[in-house]
Amino acid sequence: MSAQLEIAEVSKSFGGVQAVGRVSLEVRRGEILSVIGPNGAGKTTLLNMISGFYHPDSGRISLEGADVTRHAPNRLAELGIARTFQNIALFRGMTVLDNLMLGRHVRMKSGVLASFVYWGFAQREEVVHRRLVEDIIDFLRIQDLRRRPCGSLAYGLQKRVELGRALALDPKILLLDEPMGGCNHEEKEDMARFILDVNHEWGTTIILIEHDMGVVMDISDRVAVLDMGLKIAEGTPDQVRTNPQVIKAYLGDAKGTSNGGQNA
Amino acid sequence: MPDLTTLPRLLQRNARELGARPAMREKDRGIWQTWNWRQYHDQVRDLALGLASLGLRRGDRLSVIGDNRPRLYWAQVAAQSLGGISVPVYQDSIAKELAYVWNHAEVSVIVAEDQEQVDKVLALRDELPSLRLVVYDDPRGMTGYRHDWLKSFEDVQEAGRKFGVEHPGFFESEVEKGGPADVAVISYTSGTTGSPKGAMISHANAIGVAESFRQVSRLVPEDTSLAYLPMAWAGDSVYTLFAGLVAGFCANCPESPETVQRDLRELGPSTLLAPPRIWENMLTAVLVRAADATPLKRRTFEYFRSAAERAEILRTEGKPVPAGLRLATALGEFFVYGPVRDQLGLLRTKWALTGGAPLGPDTFRFFRSIGVNLKQVYGSTETTGLVSLQPDREANPSTAGRPVPGVEIKIGDRGEVLVKGCTVFKGYFRNEAATQEVIDPDGWFRTGDAGFIDPRGHLVIIDRAKDVGALTDGTPFAPQFIENKLKFSPYVREAVAFGNDKPFVAAMIAIDPDTVGNWAERRGIAYTSYMDLSQKAQVREMIRDEIRRGNETLPEGTRIRRFLLLTKDLEADDAEITRTRKVRRRYVADKYATVIDALYGGAAEAELSTSITYEDGRQATIQSRVSIEDVAEAAARV
Repeated sequence: MSAQLEIAEVSKSFGGVQAVGRVSLEVRRGEILSVIGPNGAGKTTLLNMISGFYHPDSGRISLEGADVTRHAPNRLAELGIARTFQNIALFRGMTVLDNLMLGRHVRMKSGVLASFVYWGFAQREEVVHRRLVEDIIDFLRIQDLRRRPCGSLAYGLQKRVELGRALALDPKILLLDEPMGGCNHEEKEDMARFILDVNHEWGTTIILIEHDMGVVMDISDRVAVLDMGLKIAEGTPDQVRTNPQVIKAYLGDAKGTSNGGQNA
Repeated sequence: MPDLTTLPRLLQRNARELGARPAMREKDRGIWQTWNWRQYHDQVRDLALGLASLGLRRGDRLSVIGDNRPRLYWAQVAAQSLGGISVPVYQDSIAKELAYVWNHAEVSVIVAEDQEQVDKVLALRDELPSLRLVVYDDPRGMTGYRHDWLKSFEDVQEAGRKFGVEHPGFFESEVEKGGPADVAVISYTSGTTGSPKGAMISHANAIGVAESFRQVSRLVPEDTSLAYLPMAWAGDSVYTLFAGLVAGFCANCPESPETVQRDLRELGPSTLLAPPRIWENMLTAVLVRAADATPLKRRTFEYFRSAAERAEILRTEGKPVPAGLRLATALGEFFVYGPVRDQLGLLRTKWALTGGAPLGPDTFRFFRSIGVNLKQVYGSTETTGLVSLQPDREANPSTAGRPVPGVEIKIGDRGEVLVKGCTVFKGYFRNEAATQEVIDPDGWFRTGDAGFIDPRGHLVIIDRAKDVGALTDGTPFAPQFIENKLKFSPYVREAVAFGNDKPFVAAMIAIDPDTVGNWAERRGIAYTSYMDLSQKAQVREMIRDEIRRGNETLPEGTRIRRFLLLTKDLEADDAEITRTRKVRRRYVADKYATVIDALYGGAAEAELSTSITYEDGRQATIQSRVSIEDVAEAAARV
């Protein structure tokens, strides 16, 4: 299988601290790839580089063969990379529907003036986008929340809307930064089901950062493990589960000097 | 005059005569989609032909599982068109219950709403030897499912269109073969004792009951309804399916169970059937919003509300309403009643029905006073959902109304209500013994309810006949009668009263976590869980006051003397109540035997071990201590 997204030897330092050091990763089309590792392992930094929020100090990221290392986030969004945030990034005062419509913004072509007049093309375009957004609302089963302000929703539901906002972009690659963080058991099951359905129904490639090992091992095709900014393992869930280096990173070495804690 | 003695023939008539009038709507992508009678007919025909091409034969059973969806209704009529029988099931049933019903009915086709329901069938596949075909409505998440016995609704209809071209006139001739005595639906009772029983409802029952219902409730094709009650419940079959076909009105399916209230508001249907729980929730919502309003609005609401209730009381007592009060209520219609009805989606209702359990008199009066023509209805699965109904001018909270046309009522031994007429079912499926137990040779059906006929000619239901007992001193004891007095309190979700062969009446109460939680929050009482909340001293005190209030309306001897608060709600998954929320008394008495001993033994506390069944069938046990409260001093003081 060819790599849809290729990350080659990327590094990123903040001041003197190296967050990510020469990490290489190939993401295959249509897979669910999880990136795991203890706190501070550099997972979110890696995700931020893929989505263009940071640019790597060195190394190269290419999407479908084209170099996108220095692209701005909005450019990457247009190319089909969407993400959710660990700390929900929704407009709290706006309704669920408006947040999702905003998620489609980069796909809208009407200019300010045309939208203001709202006649002809702008109106037709709005209808097309609204239909896609309604499909997402149906998909995520949030029909009853359409007109609710996001800020008034329970945390687990906000996570779901956050996923919806990313889906509204109609992405080729979906980056999920702890979509189940802070969710209860039932909300986690729902979210896992949605992630699998997105992957199966639309063939969307998914890069997932998640701490719940049960979920990661259940739904991932492959798992990559980061520790202290370095990739220490990569493979199927079973391979990773039995990898001695991974066990060491999570549980500490024999002397008992834990560097992360298994629940990190 | 064409033969209109089966449901599919009525569908053909409607397609012919009502053609382009709306028959069903469903909200999809946030917009109401409409199907007219012509389309309803074509959808049913295509599916029926598809099912025939896949091997559905006369007499075969087809089950539907899911929320109210037009396609699940069509599937039922499609089966009936081929001489098949529909078996709707409760989608929230646990796997064991579903397997029992599907096996007992030897279902050969299941039409499932979506992936969630298909997964349930998949998990039980090996236990269902008679199952040959599963059809799903919503294809989402189904791309990975590859089984030759699993097909989408569209695929079956496509096969049907092909089959129809090859076999012209097949559908019509199959419909022609059907007769009024054929079974149309097997409706499984949720059963307060033992395994569910399948009540066979014939086309004659279905059309008979729908025709009576149409006459007394003046149904016309212009009417609209909201189809949101469980499809497995006989009441929904009668209202949405049978009456829809007989009267030709339009049934509307909500978008999802969570959007029912909003969809109701958008639609403003002209008719509404709702169980007491929904009316109580609506009243609570109105009162909460009134309490949160600005002082001027709140006082306006309170003034007009009390005026409306005074006028309503005068009207029910048959007394004239003074001119001043008439003026106040006329103004109130403009300022308060109309807007409130609009908010609730009741602006256009010509009538609304409540049934299944008694509705508190205060709630009943509130809705009538603001101009909702709310009436009580009485029926059961075996009587095809309908025995009696209140006429418009005789609505009141305590009776079940007059028998509908074609139905006779008499009171038998031990006060049991007996029913005879077109609505009495054909018998239990594959259970002749049980059928003979409830239908006597003259055709009288024993409802199992104890009741009497009041001087006006209205039927009044007291309790289940077998539950009526006596205290040790001989005072008659009707547990449900007492429980209903308790459940009129918004804070009490479920109550179980004991007293048969006991010296006094005692009760176990499950609080309503929403209203009690709200009550606690307003008083700054912190709590962590249902269990914690239920054992707060303040909550126990508050419930004691509620019981005292209920006691005032009970005869001296049957007042509640002791009670305790359960640490969890009664759950259908734990087999404590039925899916239609009726207490399974014998089971509860066994399960809580130690608690009942403590109630009568004078102990101040009881050891409560509750087992909880999760939705996937796993079980867990929780141990706790609950304190037992006395209300004896109240009984002595009053």
